[in-house]
Amino acid sequence: MFYRENGQFKTSYRADQQVFPILQDKIAVWALIAACFVLVPMLASDYFYLAILIPLVIMSLAALGVNILVGYCGQISLGSGAFMAVGAYGAYNFVARVPDMPLIPALILGGLCATFFGILFGLPSLRVKGLYLAVATLAAQFFSDWMFLRIKWFTNDSPSGSVSVNNLQVFGIPIQSPQAKYLFCLALLVVMAILAKNLVRSAIGREWMAIRDMDVAASVIGIRPMYAKLSAFAVSSFIVGVAGALWGFVHLGAWEPAAFSVDISFKLLFMVIIGGLGSIMGSFFGAAFIVVLPIVLNLVLPALLGVFGVEISTAGISHTELMIFGALIVWFLIVEPHGLAKLWSTGKQKMRVWPFPH
Amino acid sequence: MKQLTRLALAAALATGFASSALAQASEQFFPQLTYRTGAYAAYGIPWSNGKVDYLKMVNARDGGVNGVKLTFEECETGYATDRGVECYERLKTRPGVAVVEPLATGITFALTEKAPVDKIPLMTMGYGLSISQDGNAFPWNFPFLGSYWTGADILIQHLGKQAGGLDKLKGKKIAYVYHDSPFGKDAIPLLEKRAQMHGFALQLMPVTAPGVEQKSTWLQVRQNRPDYLILYGWGVMNTTALKEAQATGFPRDKMYSIWWGGTEPAVRDVGDGAKGFNALSLYTHGTSSKVMQDILKLVHDAKQGTGPREEVGNVLYMHGVITQMLAVEAVRVAQEKFGKGKVMTGEQVRWGMENLKLDAKRLKELGFDGVMQPLATSCSNHMGSSAARVYAWDGKDWKYTSDWYQADEKVLEPLIKEQADKYLADKKLARRTDCQ
Repeated sequence: MFYRENGQFKTSYRADQQVFPILQDKIAVWALIAACFVLVPMLASDYFYLAILIPLVIMSLAALGVNILVGYCGQISLGSGAFMAVGAYGAYNFVARVPDMPLIPALILGGLCATFFGILFGLPSLRVKGLYLAVATLAAQFFSDWMFLRIKWFTNDSPSGSVSVNNLQVFGIPIQSPQAKYLFCLALLVVMAILAKNLVRSAIGREWMAIRDMDVAASVIGIRPMYAKLSAFAVSSFIVGVAGALWGFVHLGAWEPAAFSVDISFKLLFMVIIGGLGSIMGSFFGAAFIVVLPIVLNLVLPALLGVFGVEISTAGISHTELMIFGALIVWFLIVEPHGLAKLWSTGKQKMRVWPFPH
Repeated sequence: MKQLTRLALAAALATGFASSALAQASEQFFPQLTYRTGAYAAYGIPWSNGKVDYLKMVNARDGGVNGVKLTFEECETGYATDRGVECYERLKTRPGVAVVEPLATGITFALTEKAPVDKIPLMTMGYGLSISQDGNAFPWNFPFLGSYWTGADILIQHLGKQAGGLDKLKGKKIAYVYHDSPFGKDAIPLLEKRAQMHGFALQLMPVTAPGVEQKSTWLQVRQNRPDYLILYGWGVMNTTALKEAQATGFPRDKMYSIWWGGTEPAVRDVGDGAKGFNALSLYTHGTSSKVMQDILKLVHDAKQGTGPREEVGNVLYMHGVITQMLAVEAVRVAQEKFGKGKVMTGEQVRWGMENLKLDAKRLKELGFDGVMQPLATSCSNHMGSSAARVYAWDGKDWKYTSDWYQADEKVLEPLIKEQADKYLADKKLARRTDCQ
């Protein structure tokens, strides 16, 4: 009824190539972004910021980066945690070693370190693909674990191997309060998401998808696999690296290599698969599913069982949380193997044809 | 989609219930970050049980502190830093928060950045950031009773004594097998300094977390044939190390561990194979002390106990009880200054933690007679006491083999000063000036 594109005529290529061709979509997305910037800060509590919103925003950014590599270019990677770590430690070293290093250039330089690292460990993708590549990228993970644990230079000779940052500020505005941290991460996420969305729609994005769908056919029609694959690794690890730097700088404040362990690589891969491969929107859904659901279950379960007079131990909650979480993943993958993003677009399609489904 | 909305609805309802059940303002709240699951659960469970049981006991015996009831809520971290941060953020908003204990080195590091902002003291008994005993540089951290540095220092002192004097360590080889995380790495600067002082060769042998894979490490031990082996392990790593030592044939009585190796879960599964294994001990465990009898009588007999009754008095359980006692005493001391019968704020509790004076008489009143050494903290000394003894596993129980040691201030102090200054310079922070 309201979601109809009747009467919205496109009279130029420009109009036809909009990110959101339907007017309602465009309004809804801008309204959503505005709500995130204006409405959320009016409502959220400190806990909501620090424990849910900030990790969610940062993980969305990381998932976005992984999605470019895995979802758009089809190069399965288990080294995302390593790219995050390189971004975090890279940015840390710039802050620690360069006097008066501003935050945003530090984050970008951290991302560039991750880019370099990503290209280096993306080289095997020129020879192997699929599961074999996944195992090869796992090497990046183990290498970064080893590197940040053992090479003291990277941790500025900290005796414990744990590093920390403080007094973050951008253009003289301190990034200290939960609200400022959230808005800062959100602003970065929006900018990167818009850039990423346009990138995947451009020629290079089409090359990535061609490589993903069939690399031999793609190279026959003139796409250089080396260029396409390595550029996907570069762009993806840049975004993941910036997310890693944010995770260390803004969310944790102090971190050790274990904060970017192989667990985080797996989590990011799950986010992309559950959210939807090859979908920018899906990255956000996936991040929300993996970050928020365990916390919500943790909060809801005791209260829910309390209504029925059942008391549950801390360990019990934790085990139940894992079981429910696992079951939901399996259920989602069976019911909607293309991820939550597909569910979303099916919903939109249903709205478009309502009330005359065909 | 329908299922999703229903799920969201249920979630919204349940959070509504949760917030209505929040603690009342006239109660002192102790957030409990625990890990009852995951690779380190064998350590986390008895530790948390001890902490929680002590709170229940104080409520049952004294009705709280000067009438202020003590409440707590657990939050599962699974030893993961990001979950720990989430737990901290969730529990710190409750009314009457006294003090937070992170229970994991990684979480301690992350919270060290956050505690000064929130004005909540951080308590880390026997672990955490070693340099944080310097209260001038770390106003909000309290590593009571010992740190990884004091532990390492005492172990070297003990080894020197075994060899017949610290100068006899010259030319000896000491292997340091450690959990490759901030926990294990923290002690290295101290050990290196001691190695320089006494001329022994320090062999660093890292073990990747969580520590179940140690084959290559023990191959190194077999090759290098160290005279002594210092083990800084955590949870399952200690058990594995003992089993590997047995397989390699390395004598267990040449193995020395910090207090985290001197626990029941570390040796239980190894049994006789762990005979002779030495570890540091910060306190006397067992159920003979009055406080343990009170817990058994008032908490476990009343069917309020957390965890199995037969684990009461275990090393890690005792660790939890003592930590919680120190926190409760800090509240009591703070109340004496800021008003009895009132709920203390984090800042007031911090004052209490800086002014703890637990002499032998006070310890006896509290039921900790013979359990631990007296302890006194100050504005600049956040540790209070660094006393520890060595005990050895005889196949059934831990038996004391040494007298109390104190960490050598002459060795530690310059190192702490230097590293704390570096930390402060890195962060562009200044030392506290309100200490006398």
